[in-house]
Amino acid sequence: MPEQLLQFLVTGVTVGAVYALVGLGFALIYNASDVVNFAQGEFVMLGALLAIALLGTGLSLPLAALAAILITVLVGLLLERVAIEPALGAPVVSTIIITIGAAMVLRGAALLLWGKDFHTLPSFSGDAPLNLGGATLLPQSLWVLGVTALLVLLVRAFFNRTLLGKALLACSCNRAAAQLVGINVRVMLRLAYGLSAGLGAVAGILIAPITFSSYDAGVMLGLKGFSAAIVGGIGHPLGAVVGGLLLGVLEALGAGLISSGYKDAIAFLFVLMVLFFEPTGLFGAASAERV
Amino acid sequence: MRSDYLPASRAGTPARLKLRDRLAIWRTALLAMLLGLVVTWAGAAEPIRIGAFLAVTGPASFLGDPELKTLQMGIAEINAQGGVIGRPLELIHYDTGGNAREAVNFVKRLIRKDNVDLIIGGTTSGDSLAVIPEVEKAGMPFISLAAAVEIIEPVKPWVFKVAPTDRMAAARILADLRQRNLTRLALISGDGGFDKSGREQLLALAPQYGITLVADEFYGNKDTDMSAQLAKIRATDAQAILNFGFGQAPAIVTRNIKQLGITLPLYHSHGVASRTFIELAGDAAEGARLPAAALVVAEQLPDGDPQKPVLLAYQQRYQAAHGPVSTFGGHGYDSLRMAVAAITRAGSTDKAKVREQIEKTQGLIGTAGIFNLSPADHLGLGTEAFRLVEIRGGNWHIVN
Repeated sequence: MPEQLLQFLVTGVTVGAVYALVGLGFALIYNASDVVNFAQGEFVMLGALLAIALLGTGLSLPLAALAAILITVLVGLLLERVAIEPALGAPVVSTIIITIGAAMVLRGAALLLWGKDFHTLPSFSGDAPLNLGGATLLPQSLWVLGVTALLVLLVRAFFNRTLLGKALLACSCNRAAAQLVGINVRVMLRLAYGLSAGLGAVAGILIAPITFSSYDAGVMLGLKGFSAAIVGGIGHPLGAVVGGLLLGVLEALGAGLISSGYKDAIAFLFVLMVLFFEPTGLFGAASAERV
Repeated sequence: MRSDYLPASRAGTPARLKLRDRLAIWRTALLAMLLGLVVTWAGAAEPIRIGAFLAVTGPASFLGDPELKTLQMGIAEINAQGGVIGRPLELIHYDTGGNAREAVNFVKRLIRKDNVDLIIGGTTSGDSLAVIPEVEKAGMPFISLAAAVEIIEPVKPWVFKVAPTDRMAAARILADLRQRNLTRLALISGDGGFDKSGREQLLALAPQYGITLVADEFYGNKDTDMSAQLAKIRATDAQAILNFGFGQAPAIVTRNIKQLGITLPLYHSHGVASRTFIELAGDAAEGARLPAAALVVAEQLPDGDPQKPVLLAYQQRYQAAHGPVSTFGGHGYDSLRMAVAAITRAGSTDKAKVREQIEKTQGLIGTAGIFNLSPADHLGLGTEAFRLVEIRGGNWHIVN
């Protein structure tokens, strides 16, 4: 039994790390503009499918991954320029609806480009499972965990230590005031979309060998990532990670110990409970002060 | 225009009047001739209207899309050869998007407005089941392309189907388990309609084959990891694992099984009988067994197999036009051939006669199997419809 429990935990942490990576992208754009970007899941899908397509043209895996990240960043910038920026003065809700539309466009484009089939990427370092005191995990899971940890630290440092990151946060607190002190809001917005598209692409490429990818893979990942972000307190990078890990572990424990049929219900019930008792999320107090 | 003509001709000189009259007569004659031509042409070769309602878009589009392409291809070929009973075929198609309510509306339209002679369609079981009252009421021969056994059980006079049922797939797996003496089975299935229906058939049939279920786990079809459920299965005394599902989830299950170091024999359903599954699951799929339609292993069938020439012919023509074949397109092909054969035998499109002839279909070699229909069986496929295959060396191998 303890062996099995350990397996559930390992599984949960791996799945949770995926949610955390997606949630991190939500946090970035939210911090810059108070907007929840519902096209975040589509960035994940684009990164994965682009990397797979580029690998197919004969590029090496690192090169294909890099190129896929760059193209996705470009798509993010383009999305900001043609869809978000023209609606700069619009209420947040309108912008959120624009992102939903953008998600549909991206999904449709992916459908036309890559069809309805699932595609996969080879694992970065083999498929031989690693044994961890009775529980097993794939080397790819270590990649996911490692890169997630690294990215969280980088994003955190970016917001807390760099002028650019602080300027980005300032835009979210008060756009007019930020502009008054000389921050170029448009540039900050572009930066946020480009960065979160890049984060999404990294997430997509990392998880493609485990979960595969298809044109509509972004929908569920986006939903779970969004849940992770709210549980942790939206806009809080570390919160998104804790939220994602909690969600993943709960799902795994729910499936393993209670009933696999109610796995998602258990996870979403937890999200509801958190929002009920801590409306700003587990780490949300800071953001409440900020506003 | 004509009112200008009359005073002008009256006012004109006799010579001009004559010319005008002559012109008018010629014009009328020409028009009458043309009209007559059109009428006789239409009378000789009034097209046979085949109505279709398929889920070409939406979640079931991977089923509906090849079905429509196959119907279009088949009808074009038949028309190029002169049609059926001297009349060309005309396809009238509506896309349901997998929405059963839309399906009912389109079928009403096909019956009342388009006056079709026969209906093929109902990509999903939901679409097919929803339109049954309409076709029964109107007395319209209907060939369904969906899987659910409820479509033809109990038998409805006007409803037929060509796709093998999930009960047949479940029976094929259970028979193989018994042959290998694996009596304790762990089941894991998804949350889709296909998965649920397959699971029910399996639970109902298992006792007949002396097989007990020691685990009954679930996952969401969009889930990215199933190792928690599989770790639970690992702790039971199961002798084999069966995953009833389709899409990418069974590939993840297969990989998770390998990751957890489980070495039990693994079975899948016919839902994963596609190249994509082997590509996604990779090495982990080695040794897995599943029931697959003969179309999937067409090249490997022994030369004496009666289905082989039919399968290869369809495969070649479809691949030349649209790329890789799917068994779902094959259902479209079978339904069209069943309909055309029945209309030919009936010698007319009289609905009652066509219905009777579809019911009398005997020895029709299709892509799904050999159809022998009867008043008690409106599908008419035997268990040979599914071939048990094993994945070895990244390819299908028929298990005897």
